[in-house]
Amino acid sequence: MAQNEKTPPLKAETRNFNFHYGAFHALKNVNLPVVEKKVTALIGPSGCGKSTLLRSFNRMHDLYPGNRYEGEIVFHPDNTNIVDPKVDPIEVRMRIGMVFQKPNPFPKSIYENVAYGLKVRGEKSASVLDDRVESALRGASLWNEVKDRLDKPATALSGGQQQRLCIARCLATDPELLLFDEPTSALDPIATSNIEELITELRERVTILIVTHNMQQAARVSDYTAYMYIGELVEYGVTDDLFMKPKKQATEDYITGRFG
Amino acid sequence: MNHQDIAAVRGIIRSNRRWDLFFAAAGFVALLLGVLAFVTLFGQMVLNGWERLNPDFFMSFPSRRAANAGILSAWVGSLLVMLVTAVSAVPLGVAAGVYLEEYAPKNLVTDIIEINVTNLAGVPSIVYGLLALGVFVYAFGFGQSILTAGLTLGLLILPVIIVATRESLRAIPVHVREGAYGCGATQWQVVRDHLVPYSTPGIMTGVIIGLSRAIGETAPIITIGALTFIAFLPASPISDTAPFINFQWLTSGFTVMPIQMFNWTSRPEEAFQQNAAAAGFILVFMTLMMNGLAIWLRYRLRKSISW
Repeated sequence: MAQNEKTPPLKAETRNFNFHYGAFHALKNVNLPVVEKKVTALIGPSGCGKSTLLRSFNRMHDLYPGNRYEGEIVFHPDNTNIVDPKVDPIEVRMRIGMVFQKPNPFPKSIYENVAYGLKVRGEKSASVLDDRVESALRGASLWNEVKDRLDKPATALSGGQQQRLCIARCLATDPELLLFDEPTSALDPIATSNIEELITELRERVTILIVTHNMQQAARVSDYTAYMYIGELVEYGVTDDLFMKPKKQATEDYITGRFG
Repeated sequence: MNHQDIAAVRGIIRSNRRWDLFFAAAGFVALLLGVLAFVTLFGQMVLNGWERLNPDFFMSFPSRRAANAGILSAWVGSLLVMLVTAVSAVPLGVAAGVYLEEYAPKNLVTDIIEINVTNLAGVPSIVYGLLALGVFVYAFGFGQSILTAGLTLGLLILPVIIVATRESLRAIPVHVREGAYGCGATQWQVVRDHLVPYSTPGIMTGVIIGLSRAIGETAPIITIGALTFIAFLPASPISDTAPFINFQWLTSGFTVMPIQMFNWTSRPEEAFQQNAAAAGFILVFMTLMMNGLAIWLRYRLRKSISW
């Protein structure tokens, strides 16, 4: 069991984390470890709070009034509590990248999309930008498909390519943690398997937290899985253990499709 | 369902369809009335003014003799006033729209401001004229100048631009906005690099619609005391000696197309009515061109922006 082995290094962890949308208590005392350079999957039925938890990691909820964080999301190695109101959400988002449910390239050129994060960080040198854009696109397995049309609009790409472009946009700025919010739910099966393959490759470079409503996907791509239900973390463990021999009846019911 | 039932159903469908036909006919007649009214008015103006539409008409000042009178000072005046209107109203309107939509906290004060902005669009234009007379002409001492007229019409179209800006900002999908914030952009970076560029087609359309309303406005211009007989041009904004541009024209007296028209229609002589018709034709033509430009711009710019 995981407890007996040496504790793996953590990139982040939530401690007694609660989240409120106005009067609605969406997350209740969530304690989730995110192991460094591994893929952690969040699964659970719709409305269980998995996306809410994911979006707390880059303070997306700050964009809308009436939302409230409680407790801590500690980010290692500097032990910053990223939901502390004193911590600048911009700084958090510069360290933590996010790939959204629907591919959301900017209606700009492919190049400008990938370079945007760097521009925001004040990078002006054309040669640095060129290099970083290329390596990010290579990292997202998109370079060969787009290298001849970097100045073409990103919105002309296929859905799967757009999603890989969004991944490249994050990779360009070398994030410490990459958040995926159901990244394949708008994609066809081939594009989905490309993205899954990419996530598996990226594990070498960056810590990944992924929300998925597809249990097979969680089983395929993740090292650790957390099962959530109505705002609570029901069970967390090594993916294979959680899927093969879940400790809780509720988890087993969900995984075996008896419910959810 | 047996045969008899099918026949009955067909009967019901037939009688339902009659209403289709009836409404299509009624709607077509309603549409025709509107179109015919415009075509008749416009056609009459063209027929009346046709003889006067020659280069001299554009290049002559008004005159006591109808045959020599032209619209030079009027169209130059309209153009310069529109320039002041656009330059003053566009930055103000876009900034106000962006602030209201993106920065303003959602509270009672913002709600009141919002209702006010919407209502401003319905304030009769003569009220703007009175306001301008008090504020620009007397309080600020701008006089009965192009500057005063431009700023007055700028105020008049401000709500149009604010509303257009807000609507085009609202049309930007949430996930694109969140994507930009997700890259670590500050609110200003998101506004400057994304929101304003993506809403430009909508804003441009609003600006041109506003300007095409302003160019036909007569009441507020008369209220601030625009001259009706002008036989000179304002100093040229561009000169051939350094610094090449000057702002003397801003304080110049002026007339505009609708006032020139108004002036001519009040004359008893038949020949002046012809002049008025010709000027009216040009004014309608200018407005149609502006609306056409708005449609074209929207089409062109939207092609490059999709989600």
